[in-house]
Amino acid sequence: MKKFGFEISKGRQLNFDEMKPDKVEKLLELVPSYKLCIGCGGCTAACSAAGFTDYNFRKIHTAFFRAQYEGLDEQLKRCMLCGKCLLVCPRGVNTRSLIINMRRILNNVDPVTWRPQRELKSKNEGGSNE
Amino acid sequence: MEKRFWNEYQKEIADDHYFYERSCIRQTFFPGSEAAFLRILRDELGKDICDNPHQHTCTGIGYHSDVVPFETTMTVVARLFSLMTECGYENYVPSCVTSFGVFSEMIEKWENDPKLLEQARQYLWEATKREFKIPKNIAHPSDIIYKFRFDLKPKMKYQLVNRFTGKPLRVVEHIGCHYAKIFPDRGVGKAEFPYVLAGMIEAWGGEVIDYPERRHCCGFGFRQYLVQENRGYSIANTKKKFQSMEPYEPDFILTNCPGCSMFLDKWQYTIAEMEHKTYDKEGYGIPVLTYEELTGLLLGYDPWKLGLQLHQVQSERLFNKIGIAYNPDEKYKGISGRLLPRPDRPECLRQD
Repeated sequence: MKKFGFEISKGRQLNFDEMKPDKVEKLLELVPSYKLCIGCGGCTAACSAAGFTDYNFRKIHTAFFRAQYEGLDEQLKRCMLCGKCLLVCPRGVNTRSLIINMRRILNNVDPVTWRPQRELKSKNEGGSNE
Repeated sequence: MEKRFWNEYQKEIADDHYFYERSCIRQTFFPGSEAAFLRILRDELGKDICDNPHQHTCTGIGYHSDVVPFETTMTVVARLFSLMTECGYENYVPSCVTSFGVFSEMIEKWENDPKLLEQARQYLWEATKREFKIPKNIAHPSDIIYKFRFDLKPKMKYQLVNRFTGKPLRVVEHIGCHYAKIFPDRGVGKAEFPYVLAGMIEAWGGEVIDYPERRHCCGFGFRQYLVQENRGYSIANTKKKFQSMEPYEPDFILTNCPGCSMFLDKWQYTIAEMEHKTYDKEGYGIPVLTYEELTGLLLGYDPWKLGLQLHQVQSERLFNKIGIAYNPDEKYKGISGRLLPRPDRPECLRQD
């Protein structure tokens, strides 16, 4: 490719036709209280990890809800699961469960056993050596 | 009632005796366009138009990039008006949409603040010992072609119809932002229902495509483009438009702004090189024409005299669809008749 000295900037527009909301649907199934979130940001204000890093839980769950999953798992690793967000949430959203399940879904592991979904599937099909 | 409502979307366009001002971009990148416009007005419509050799830039690009201060632009505009006054004309016709916006802005400011007008007169006098009158009418050349579109139609050799299918050609029209978005009442159809190019297309047999990003910027945007590192924003805008128009499979794009013609044409090459993507099915790109080139083509002017070989996206496939006669051997022939060197072929954008 020829070098032009610049690249085409990525748009910030959300294209609902191209979005793949399968992970969001799964999360809502596992943590139904997520539907109550009003995006007030109380969770982020109370967050212990946010005091030491640029971890921003509101930003993360907003991106997740918009099916913009890129880089989220790496950011979620910063959470210490202290649960302060859970205490301050005015809508009673189970935020800690939300974080755990986001990581499970992003890493494609079974929500109960934490085993990779593929391994579980092959076991059910009788193809596993386990 | 409906008729009265639409009246608000019309503008006054002078009938005759125009003072023409050339465009920096148009005469550089589309050198046949302005000559074609003058020929159409003089030879086809029998109008009087003055093409003064002492004209100069309006400073528009520098002004909108915050490089040239307001007072300088105001004085430069005053000098251009003084040329018109000197030649005895009152109807100003700037070829460039940016200039059209700059002149409209200056006149609006002078009307609202007479002190500024006095300042402009003083600066011009101190710098050049010249005086000027404010034009009675400012019209873009596309307004004039639009006004006389039905007078030109009987003289045309071709129509915007696909000769193989008999169906109207599908055309994307793009109006420059500075034509009607800054001062909406100065554009035909205002910014809401831009009709200056759509009117030409419909009158000459084509079909206008109304696609989602029809009113989006072409990606020029002056300061967004000037610094090389920022051009990613500029091209992202153009890409957004192309993505939006792609499903409608346009036969060509028609523009009235020289900047838009340049960006919509040349960014197709850049996007093709960067992403191996073209927005037509066969990989040739979508031809971009100025309204002068389109009018000239339909009137039967030689495409190579109109300068169509200088476009990035080549138009032969469009000529074939309409049935326009052209000689491929003369494509790169200079004025003296000698063959000029052929440009390199792009790697990703196909050419015949």
